[in-house]
Amino acid sequence: MSPARRRPRPIGSDWRNALFVAPYLFFFLALLVFPLFWGIWLSFHKADTFSDGPFVGLANYIRLFNDRVFLQSIWNTFYFVLLTVPTLAIVGLMLALALNSSSRLATVLRSLYFSSSVLSVTIVTLIWRIVFVPQFGLLATIYGWFGAEAPAVLSDPNLAMIGIALTTIWWCIGLPMMLFLAALQQIPVDIYEAAALDNAGWWRTLISITLPSIRRTFVLVLIIQIVLQFQLFGQSWLLTKGGPNNLTKPIVLYIYETAFRRWDVGLGAAASEVLFALILIAAMMQYLTSRRQEES
Amino acid sequence: MSASSPSPVKRRGLGDHVILAAVLVLSVAMVAPVLWVIGLSLKDNTELMANPNSVFHPPYIIGNYIAIIGTSAVFRWILNSLIVSIGVTFGTLVLASLAGYGFARLEFPGRRVLFVIVLFGLAVPEQAVLVARHQIFSILHFHNTYHGIILPGLSNAFGVFLMTQYFRAIPKELDEAALLDNASRFKIFWKVLLPLTLPAQATLGIFTFLGSWNDYFWPLISATRKEMYTLTVGMASVQSNFAQSEGVGFLMAQAVFAGLPIFIVYLFFQKYIVTAVSGAAVR
Repeated sequence: MSPARRRPRPIGSDWRNALFVAPYLFFFLALLVFPLFWGIWLSFHKADTFSDGPFVGLANYIRLFNDRVFLQSIWNTFYFVLLTVPTLAIVGLMLALALNSSSRLATVLRSLYFSSSVLSVTIVTLIWRIVFVPQFGLLATIYGWFGAEAPAVLSDPNLAMIGIALTTIWWCIGLPMMLFLAALQQIPVDIYEAAALDNAGWWRTLISITLPSIRRTFVLVLIIQIVLQFQLFGQSWLLTKGGPNNLTKPIVLYIYETAFRRWDVGLGAAASEVLFALILIAAMMQYLTSRRQEES
Repeated sequence: MSASSPSPVKRRGLGDHVILAAVLVLSVAMVAPVLWVIGLSLKDNTELMANPNSVFHPPYIIGNYIAIIGTSAVFRWILNSLIVSIGVTFGTLVLASLAGYGFARLEFPGRRVLFVIVLFGLAVPEQAVLVARHQIFSILHFHNTYHGIILPGLSNAFGVFLMTQYFRAIPKELDEAALLDNASRFKIFWKVLLPLTLPAQATLGIFTFLGSWNDYFWPLISATRKEMYTLTVGMASVQSNFAQSEGVGFLMAQAVFAGLPIFIVYLFFQKYIVTAVSGAAVR
């Protein structure tokens, strides 16, 4: 920052002015900053519910990375992010392109695609459980019409995570679509008029005008979804309890079971610090990409 | 490609039609599960068990919904969710407006540093602080209370960030004119600037309410007594006795009933929600 950018202070500095921010800062410090540091402290201690046991150094972290279930949960989380994030981005973009008009049909479909996003995770999983449930679920019924037997999606080791991913895409597709729609509406109309005068076809217009114009939004959608889907918990916990064989257990579910079911608080705190580090890396990527975009 | 078309902008190619067809097919996939659930909720359980396909034809009954009124804890959970969500939303609006004004308009020692620290708070995921927060609330005996579920929501940095941006965008001449009239800082905030921030209040309020209503993790670990469950946690707890004595029809009726309040809110505030989402995107 250059010294020239520093504005002269129009209003005198007064500590009493801080009273406006003090109420929020109190909650911020007590409920976010303090627990953040206490969490790090806990991760170096053998703690349970009622006591913060002795200092154990890195023992929790060593235990964590020797725990096959934890390593599995890291892999599961990445696999889930890989299944959902590209699909959400591409399908969301497709929906936005198709529904970017003021026709009645487009308006209705837009609110339809966004409506699932306002439901809570428990309602969503309840709905999808009844879709996947063997014998009388929706999937089983549809298979039945063709005389076939539907796979038991949620208990099949190869399909369970895909079932959770499908549920998640159904739940979350509204936000990427809305973000892309907002971006599409920012593109000036005269560019399209010029393209039409040049006889550019639908495909050329899409490739050389539309997609380059929304590149920033595409990155934004990817980053938002990566950070969001990294925190997968409810869908796994409610649909499969992390099974079969821990194959659908994400990191957050590992934290929940360790800290709040087995009350191994130190180990749970260590696992949450690992998750924090992973998300920080993702957030840093966001910062760096947005910086590079601004420079270019 | 054909040279003449009635409107250069509205021209729709083959690609558009293919995509539109795909979108229509997808929308069946969006709606079908919900219709399925509503169908099941209107069926008698014994009939359903005998023949799953009976959902496609009458008789449809509303007995499952009547049963909710008599037996279900859903009402208590809806009340709890309302208390919690309104508490979090109101608290967030008050705290974020005050702090946003302070950070955007006033000078005090350490202002810049404090604002940067709050911005860092945006990058901290809830899971990184949950374990320690749960310990603190245990010590304070805050679990299974309303304030225990509400308080963590008030530390969210997003609102402060949003309101600070918004206050910054208001022309400074407004408060300077009021300052000449010898109005106090609080009076300027309350009388002059706050009314101008109503659109931002609506955006933040909707986001906070939806987020709080649908929050699952914190209420799950803090509210462990059945009568303190929020709707989200309560509906999760009935899932575990899935397909047991109560029956699928009753369970689905509860799901529809539990989804209804937020769906009605969505229908009412749809315009604002859409503007809020796209507004946040452009920024």
